[in-house]
Amino acid sequence: MKALKCRECGREYPLTASHVCEFDFGPLEVVYDYERIKRSISRAVILSRNNSMWRYRELLPVAEEPTVGRQVGFTPLVKADRLAKALGIREVWIKNDTVNYPTLSFKDRVVSVALSRARELGFTTVACASTGNLANSVAANAASAGLKAYVFIPADLEQGKIVNSLIYGANVIGIRGHYDEVNRLCAEIAGKYGWAFVNVNMRPYYAEGSKSMGFEIIEQLGWKIPRHTVVCMASGSLLTKIQKSYQEFMKLGLASETEYKIHGAQATGCAPIATAQKAGLDFFKPVKPNTIAKSLAIGTPADGFYALKVMKETGGSADDVSDDEIREAIKLLAETEGIFAETAGGVTVGVAKKLIASGKIPAKDSVVLCITGNGLKTLDAVNGHAGSPREIKPSLREFEGLLATENQSTANA
Amino acid sequence: MATKVRIPTPLRKLTNNEELVEVNAATIGDAIVELQTRYPGIKERLLDETGAVRRFVNVYVNEEDIRFLQNQQTKLKDGDEVSIIPAIAGG
Repeated sequence: MKALKCRECGREYPLTASHVCEFDFGPLEVVYDYERIKRSISRAVILSRNNSMWRYRELLPVAEEPTVGRQVGFTPLVKADRLAKALGIREVWIKNDTVNYPTLSFKDRVVSVALSRARELGFTTVACASTGNLANSVAANAASAGLKAYVFIPADLEQGKIVNSLIYGANVIGIRGHYDEVNRLCAEIAGKYGWAFVNVNMRPYYAEGSKSMGFEIIEQLGWKIPRHTVVCMASGSLLTKIQKSYQEFMKLGLASETEYKIHGAQATGCAPIATAQKAGLDFFKPVKPNTIAKSLAIGTPADGFYALKVMKETGGSADDVSDDEIREAIKLLAETEGIFAETAGGVTVGVAKKLIASGKIPAKDSVVLCITGNGLKTLDAVNGHAGSPREIKPSLREFEGLLATENQSTANA
Repeated sequence: MATKVRIPTPLRKLTNNEELVEVNAATIGDAIVELQTRYPGIKERLLDETGAVRRFVNVYVNEEDIRFLQNQQTKLKDGDEVSIIPAIAGG
């Protein structure tokens, strides 16, 4: 790490807990010394390290060895042949962060970086504004690191995500409002208290953690950058960091130069970025979210401008899917690949289906779908839509009767 | 027509570390003009060369984003509270 730098005007700042340019409020980003990194990183060095996101540690913004979340990442990249057949495309890979350690979403990646860096900077209290997954991850990782945690969430979140934060002993504050309002409040709180807010004053470090998902995809594909990648968008940050990971691996000679397209996925009930992309605009109009994909329900996406830029530069597309399409896509992924994703994963699969059907992702190509969170966390969203068990007495006759009725109805269908 | 304006940390160097300042303005646009008179330099931090609110600056009146209201034409009344907040990332 060399400095923090404003993405808008290029002014540089020291490597402290600070996230906006004092001049134009543009987001700050970590600057690296790539010449130096190039001398110390290689495929062999990476392969010699543990199977975690920290095998790429030169490209993650901590000064010393990480102290929080050393086991995070290196989730499976699953070749999804049955899903590929259902979607009508040659090849599909699932980057499966539903099994990320320890809280079953990609947020463990960003949190492990943010908390390791927070400790380096001397913080003892950490906090976040969250749509749920981040809250879970901050609560769990702070507990294991002995840090005090405050997590701020919309009060109407899925029960699973609320319990999943409380259980670790974090201070969970439910805000009566949607995420954008939680976010606004946290920006004000962060300015006032000396806490490490992972997605406010720690954001430059935090956001870099997402790159590890892209590094892993490349390595797991045999050091190749995928032709197409579909990423769900809330703030748009993950999508921009996936591109950055591809660029960095090319720059360092870890992957060969190649053309790639990055596509964005949103829920129709909160699609400011996808709407702008489809209209060919390079700015978005904020919206008030109304979707079952609560982890993506950010109406004022902070990285929306940059996400639009990445899609434009790489020739990617965006689309959005309705709540019913999200549920269908969750079922499709579960029934074809045995992977139960949360609503955001349904958004990614549903949008991939649309982009393949419209030819924006050609049927002859290969695509990676970034699945970011586990379905067990959003049971409310699919409960009642996945059928229900048929109850019988513990009697063989009843069971055979049930099978006979079913075979009958299948025959009639 | 006193409206309270909450000044974010990055701009407090301009307001002598004042966190809350009062303005007498009919609209958000007028409030920015008044702030500029009292705290020279603050306008260019909030507005870009075209006079539009910078894209990473969010302005709220009583917790409502002015982009859902009438942007800089949004009317202010006695007791309203304006917040100026940098856009932040997802979660």
